[in-house]
Amino acid sequence: MYSYTEFDDAFLAERNAQFRAQVERRIDGSLTEDEFKPLRLMNGLYLQLHAYMLRVAIPYGTLNSTQMHKLADIAEKWDKGYGHFTTRQNIQYNWPQLRDVPDMLDALAEVNMHAIQTSGNTIRNVTADHFAGAAADEVADPRPVAELIRQWSTDHPEFQFLPRKFKVAVSGAPHDRAVIKAHDIGLQIVERDGVLGFQVIVGGGLGRTPMIGKVLYDFVASEDLLPTLEAIVSVYNLLGRRDNKYKARIKITVHENGIDDIRARVDARYALIRPQFTGVDQQMLSRIEADFAKPTFKTAPLDAYTTAYDNDPVFRSWADTNLADHHAPGYAIVSISLKAHGATPGDATAHQMHVMADIAAQYGHDELRISHEQNVILPHVHRNDLPTLHAALKSAGLATANIGLISDIIACPGMDYCALATARSIPIAQEIATRFDELKLEHEVGPLKIKISGCINACGHHHVGHIGILGLDRAGVENYQITLGGDGTQDAAIGERAGPGFSADEIIPAIERLVRGYLDLRSEPTETFLQTYRRLGLAPFKAALYPEARANAA
Amino acid sequence: MAKPFTPKVVTANALLEGDVIYQTATGWTRDLTQAEVLTDEADADLRLIDASQQVDLVVGVYLADVDPDPVPQPVHFREAFRAKGPSNYAHGKQETL
Repeated sequence: MYSYTEFDDAFLAERNAQFRAQVERRIDGSLTEDEFKPLRLMNGLYLQLHAYMLRVAIPYGTLNSTQMHKLADIAEKWDKGYGHFTTRQNIQYNWPQLRDVPDMLDALAEVNMHAIQTSGNTIRNVTADHFAGAAADEVADPRPVAELIRQWSTDHPEFQFLPRKFKVAVSGAPHDRAVIKAHDIGLQIVERDGVLGFQVIVGGGLGRTPMIGKVLYDFVASEDLLPTLEAIVSVYNLLGRRDNKYKARIKITVHENGIDDIRARVDARYALIRPQFTGVDQQMLSRIEADFAKPTFKTAPLDAYTTAYDNDPVFRSWADTNLADHHAPGYAIVSISLKAHGATPGDATAHQMHVMADIAAQYGHDELRISHEQNVILPHVHRNDLPTLHAALKSAGLATANIGLISDIIACPGMDYCALATARSIPIAQEIATRFDELKLEHEVGPLKIKISGCINACGHHHVGHIGILGLDRAGVENYQITLGGDGTQDAAIGERAGPGFSADEIIPAIERLVRGYLDLRSEPTETFLQTYRRLGLAPFKAALYPEARANAA
Repeated sequence: MAKPFTPKVVTANALLEGDVIYQTATGWTRDLTQAEVLTDEADADLRLIDASQQVDLVVGVYLADVDPDPVPQPVHFREAFRAKGPSNYAHGKQETL
């Protein structure tokens, strides 16, 4: 993986020293909060409901064991012994004190990490497929180009004050695991006539006006990608609306002007700036690509794996649920669930982080990933090591076999932490997971993605949940709206609102009625919730959700 | 006709710790029940201005509705979480209450 150069180290040291001085000046009263706020946000520091929150970027979700150990150390030393992994492959610390934050940033710099541009109206942490470099269906590893984009966008002088935040995601596989169609720019590596290039999608986003991204270019050659991105962001920087925060994202710019108009403007801008890109970026990209060389995979027998699979039902259930196909024979991609039934989605204790780091060092070619679904991935594990690995995970409470199932819920922090939230998300996720665990139904229900947001900003991706839940404040009471049929993959779709919302007490029984309704409606056990929804539409699901309406109509 | 003024407290976050604080007659407290209840609108506006000038101590001052009897209690659920802490862990104010 990418390792910082002297230039990177010097840049980060200088930036951290600047922020340390800014914090001092805030504390001694030389800076007002109005002056300090944009400076702290540029460095990932929010002030939330109960405390400051530091959001640390995990670029394209990739970590090594040293970095994961450091994240754990920071949680122990300056926080309350845990961290929260987010839908944008970041980690958030919920309890830092202002004076400690410069020390936390210095500690991160020791392991090539930072919190720059994890907030503010800038290009945010670049996210990628969490199976990158390992997936069997991959055309090419998206991480080298994601790293190139990170370097290009970090402290980019033209793009520090965009109309609004700007999010880029990259995938190298036809199966979209990075929700690229719900990003300001989504990039997919594609192959044409034996040459790799990028399909460029713009104008996707969730929030109060959800939009599926539109294809701007079907194929952009690798050497033309950075000037293309620069042209797009440059057009948006001038054209994007600064008069209304709610209309400032590029999805609105694309929607209001039309994709053809945007393309014409980007083409014109591209023609102007293309000569400035003399190929230096491609030289940098080749050096970065060398850093992402695939590990040397071993050839080993599978006897330990086969024996455990055939004889240990707990291991078998975990293997069936939490493993994905790897491109190398004998290997698997392991998803470690951070969704133990009743736990907070995406939270890991410092101890769990240390355990995952040790396992990655011992069995996983020293690589870990954070998924946008708030789980941790070990991308390269030989199947014969899985029984031992599973036992180690189990002893740390990390062996929950629920990846892709009803309890593998995305939930934003909601009103338990977030200053913007209108209702809580975490307790709803905890209660749904606990309920379906009691019912022992989740494996029978099969693949089902529930996503919960505690406000209209949709950090919990509720619009693309098969079942989406949106928490609102209705006259001083928490109220939960359900959307159905959303999809965050290559077949991206925005969910349809099912009807009136439910109170906090009513929402869990409502979800249970909905899921039981699906079990009655599916044509066969292999027809998933989403397939059944697409076949039948909203009406029968609505009838399951609102039985009293049906009774009244009868 | 203007809406009648309801009892309020001045609240903010502490600059250094970031936690929730409430104004008292003489300074700040971390305990809502010890906060000064303001029942007069003109007085509340003055207390808010006074609080917002303390830029080296507090961030984001505003007036929050309270139910004053027998001790100040939150009216809205958001203020209830601010006064207590998150619901998923016993962290924040509930650690010491």
